[in-house]
Amino acid sequence: MAKVRGAVVVDQECCKGCNLCVVACPENVLGLHKEVNSKGYHYSHMVSPENCIGCMNCGMVCPDSCITVYRVKVPVEQD
Amino acid sequence: MAELQLADIIKPENKVYGKSKIMTDTPLHYCYGCSHGVVHKLIAEVIEELDIQEETVGVAPVGCSVMMYNYIDIDWMEAAHGRAPAVATGYKRVNPKKYVFSYQGDGDLAAIGTAETMHAVNRGENIVMIFINNATYGMTGGQMAPTTMVGQVTSTSPYGRNVDINGYPLRITELLAMLPGAAYVTRQSVHTPANVRKCKKAIRKAFENSAKNIGTSFIEVVSTCNSGWKIDPVAANQWMEENMFPFYPLGDLKDGERDSFEQFSVQKLKK
Ligand SMILES: Cc1ncc(C[n+]2csc(CCOP(=O)(O)OP(=O)(O)O)c2C)c(N)n1
Ligand code: SF4
Ligand code: SF4
Ligand code: SF4
Repeated sequence: MAKVRGAVVVDQECCKGCNLCVVACPENVLGLHKEVNSKGYHYSHMVSPENCIGCMNCGMVCPDSCITVYRVKVPVEQD
Repeated sequence: MAELQLADIIKPENKVYGKSKIMTDTPLHYCYGCSHGVVHKLIAEVIEELDIQEETVGVAPVGCSVMMYNYIDIDWMEAAHGRAPAVATGYKRVNPKKYVFSYQGDGDLAAIGTAETMHAVNRGENIVMIFINNATYGMTGGQMAPTTMVGQVTSTSPYGRNVDINGYPLRITELLAMLPGAAYVTRQSVHTPANVRKCKKAIRKAFENSAKNIGTSFIEVVSTCNSGWKIDPVAANQWMEENMFPFYPLGDLKDGERDSFEQFSVQKLKK
């Protein structure tokens, strides 16, 4: 048995805060930051990183190619 | 096992998705959430996967994507408004080994460039044509396009498109699918991860077709122009699903190769 854990890195300077990745995430991992980047956009970031499964949905829909997705398999010990 | 830290996950060997190497570092000039960016990225991913960066030539249109050559690191040509398929034809005929694609909006492809579009497909040019249908003229400020929906408010149809005055929305993809020169005609979208995957498959198939000399491959991408429509990107996707998909249904319209016209081939006139 293995569990999947993921994480994303958002290029905050390239993000335009369109929110498309936020609504595409099935695990509600992402949200727009209350801070803005140098262009004035509320950039996307992981609000609940522990929930990320590395499914890549967020990256797929991002028009600005800002998202890099990482994924690992974590072995789960069975009793 | 101790709790996994983010730093344990974010390592090069665990990377499963990222920006295509064929995309340049130039930030896209498009409005936030614009479909153009997603389609650009898919084209770049396909070129990277097929390993055809050196053999691919794009023809950029007039419209919001006029500066597309800044974003995908391949050879490019810029065409006059609507003329991308004609320019692509010329390039492909002189360099038949190259992968040549045109990229156009609805104003470019289905209004000013209708003749070039129809005839390129009717000649069965071995090119890929990518058509971004966002039901408006994005670049010039959200005017009515041939593909604008009935009732849709634009800056030049402030009371909504009225068929009595403005005529009907044009399903140009259906027209093109009837032409004998078409090999592959499909309508896609990029508003959900599943649709992004399907659209990428379609683009890949189109590029593979162009190496086989089997006719024109044409991909419409039903798209959003949230700035022109004056709504936010998430609402734009929803509006597109509810209002555009019933009239512009997704799916393949033709999948094969250009028609054989042998049965219509006539005898030579005797002198
Ligand atoms: C010969 C000529 N006529 C008109 C224009 C003005 N013009 C620039 S872009 C455009 C339409 C763009 O709309 P579309 O092709 O739908 O692309 P989008 O901007 O929506 O991506 C027009 C009419 C022009 N540049 N050249
Ligand atoms: S990879 Fe999947 S789960 Fe993780 S943030 Fe992106 S969409 Fe959400
Ligand atoms: S989809 Fe891309 S540009 Fe839009 S908010 Fe997410 S990371 Fe930013
Ligand atoms: S005007 Fe419309 S098509 Fe042009 S970049 Fe903005 S959202 Fe995209």
